[in-house]
Amino acid sequence: MRSKRFQVLAERDVNKDGFIKEWPEVGLIAMDGPNDPTPSIKIVNGKIVELDGKKREDFDLIDTFIADHSIELEKAEEVMAIPSVKLANMLCDVNVPREELVQLTISMTPAKAAEVLSKMNVLEMMMALTKMRPRKTPSNQCHVTNLKDHPVQLAADSAEAALRGFDEHETTVGVVRYAPFNALSLLVGSQVGRPGILTQCAVEEATELRLGMRGLTAYAETVSVYGTEQVFVDGDDTPWSKAFLASSYASRGLKMRFTSGTGSEVQMGYAEGKSMLYLEARCVYITKGAGVQGLQNGSISCIGVPGAVPSGIRAVLAENVITTMLDLEVASGNDQTFSHAPIRRTARTLMQMIPGTDFIFSGYSAVPNYDNMFAGANFDAEDFDDYNVLQRDLKVDGGLRPVREDEVVKIRNRAAKALQAVFKNLGLPEITDAEVEAATYAHGSKDMPDRNVVEDLKAAQEMMERNITGIDVVKALYKGGFEDVAENLLGMMKMRVSGDHLHTSAIIDENFHVISAVNDCNDYNGPGTGYQISEDRWNQIKDIPTAIDATDFE
Amino acid sequence: MTINENLVRSVIEEVLKNYQFENNGSAVVTKPASVPDNGGLTLTEGATAETGRMSDEVVVAIAPAFGKFQNQTIIKMPHREVLRQVIAGIEEEGLKARIVRVLHTSDVAMISHTAAKLSGSGIGIGIQSKGTTVIHQKDLMQLSNLELFPQAPLLDAKVYRAIGKNAAKYAKGESPAPVPTMNDQMARPKYQAIAALLHIKETEHVVPHAKPIALDVKFS
Repeated sequence: MRSKRFQVLAERDVNKDGFIKEWPEVGLIAMDGPNDPTPSIKIVNGKIVELDGKKREDFDLIDTFIADHSIELEKAEEVMAIPSVKLANMLCDVNVPREELVQLTISMTPAKAAEVLSKMNVLEMMMALTKMRPRKTPSNQCHVTNLKDHPVQLAADSAEAALRGFDEHETTVGVVRYAPFNALSLLVGSQVGRPGILTQCAVEEATELRLGMRGLTAYAETVSVYGTEQVFVDGDDTPWSKAFLASSYASRGLKMRFTSGTGSEVQMGYAEGKSMLYLEARCVYITKGAGVQGLQNGSISCIGVPGAVPSGIRAVLAENVITTMLDLEVASGNDQTFSHAPIRRTARTLMQMIPGTDFIFSGYSAVPNYDNMFAGANFDAEDFDDYNVLQRDLKVDGGLRPVREDEVVKIRNRAAKALQAVFKNLGLPEITDAEVEAATYAHGSKDMPDRNVVEDLKAAQEMMERNITGIDVVKALYKGGFEDVAENLLGMMKMRVSGDHLHTSAIIDENFHVISAVNDCNDYNGPGTGYQISEDRWNQIKDIPTAIDATDFE
Repeated sequence: MTINENLVRSVIEEVLKNYQFENNGSAVVTKPASVPDNGGLTLTEGATAETGRMSDEVVVAIAPAFGKFQNQTIIKMPHREVLRQVIAGIEEEGLKARIVRVLHTSDVAMISHTAAKLSGSGIGIGIQSKGTTVIHQKDLMQLSNLELFPQAPLLDAKVYRAIGKNAAKYAKGESPAPVPTMNDQMARPKYQAIAALLHIKETEHVVPHAKPIALDVKFS
């Protein structure tokens, strides 16, 4: 006979998740792996000749890249001599200032960084994240995608997401050849939502760069790096080729960050028996060495792997902390479904939401998860109110704000109409009034009519062949009577000339002012310092539509 | 078991090497008895796969362990059924399917791109043991594709059939509507760690720098 209690428990969401036991020999271990190297460094004549127990003649290409480009040598021997538990202490001690610590943390080796984090519990890591993230003001990024790659819905969702507070919007495609339309839809929709939103379209690297160079996107993030040589080579890449790609973006005034995360190496079958966190530390160092301003990590698309092993979600927080220790912008994950269980989902996100990061989500699904073409985020459009209440309950700035239905409907409608005008003036397949209407009120693509996909794909290809650029879109908006949106988009094009938003952790406000780690430097050193929620912002967070006002009663 | 598989593999490699020297073509290696039966699918390994000259073929490349060391996808769909559906889809469009095994990688982008480069039509399909599938074209970048089916737990017989059909249509120069995209945001929490395990086990059978080999497929 079966226990009734166990039957009930077996049905719980958490038991639909996949869990596996550690298997350290193949790298199925979150952190502190038995085969992780012992931290070490030897410097001769200003050159690293030994790194984490390996001599230069035995270096693989990642070791070589890190030894030659990623570690500040001046304090390297000093920091390596400090016990890891002492460094862990300094990281969560509010009395040790960030700028002092960074001088040490940028001088450690990857194995040292992983070892330091292994001495910390999650509460201590959260303290470290609060202090070490580069930009003082926390922010948030969203995903805007849908199952049909429906351009009108993309534009409307991007406009709504801007209104809700997301500073960066990321799209990707169901069908690769839709990419130019997806980029275009976000470009237009986001600038209807609010001026200054940064947009990206995550696709194959060459296409992504081409879209960026055309002015159809403002930044890139899905440039992946890996912690073992074999996985790098399987991706047809090296740290040097990624660095070259990064500079291609920078040279065109495009913001960019790399992407990595625990679990990717073991997922691809080449973890060399090392722990996920140690391999991820190597990725963070590659990013630093490539001169890139930031990194998206927090396991990202491999979250199911660390999520399945013991201490995995702790390791995911640890990798975010290592990123900030190297003075890099961190877009801290939470961007992929990782559990069926709301309790687990919330606990995982609080690790970044409470400390605040440069982008707490990278991103939050601004569409229902069934439309999320990154295979779903940890929070989605159906969690908007939950998230707003969490901000209000805890008085934490998670980057979002409550919105009213009428303002959302209005802005979605305007974005859909703006895209309709752009399609018309660029000679792309017609957007009907019925599609505008549907997108105005839609929750997801189930509420949208189908488009002629073959015709769209042909037109998307032609759009690239005709060399349509951001400036053509500005003109099309202007001609269509959307002068203000045209002006906003032109503002985004101008940013690419000044390049101010290439500084670390940059976001752009509605007046095209850049807020970054340079002019909004994180100066947290205990209560009353660092980021403080302003009165205006608190009023915004407090004002959820479902809260009852005493004056409503007699 | 591991010792057995390794032994078998080294024997196969040894035999293949000899055949390539002596025969340089139609080598046939019969399946060793110790390899597990795959419920009505017989894959007979031949010589190094050649680049095709016939424009009416689609090359289907299977991953190192497919139908050999692993016999079903992540949702326990038999590999026999996967191959049968893909081949049937191609044949329904009047084209020929040519099956090869890729050994040098377990990465689905590389497998499918290898298939496309071997294919006389320039269109190839790559399938991993866990079921993940890509339709590729030889002139595209490796990490690009015509159609990608990343969520193996959602791929059933109907989808594999449609993948075969669409690949054949591309080979004929048509622009078919892509196989409808499917998305289950809860596939990751349920399956990702298992997928990692299966992929590790597939990757154990990668032979660096080995050339793809021709396969003769028999269903019984």
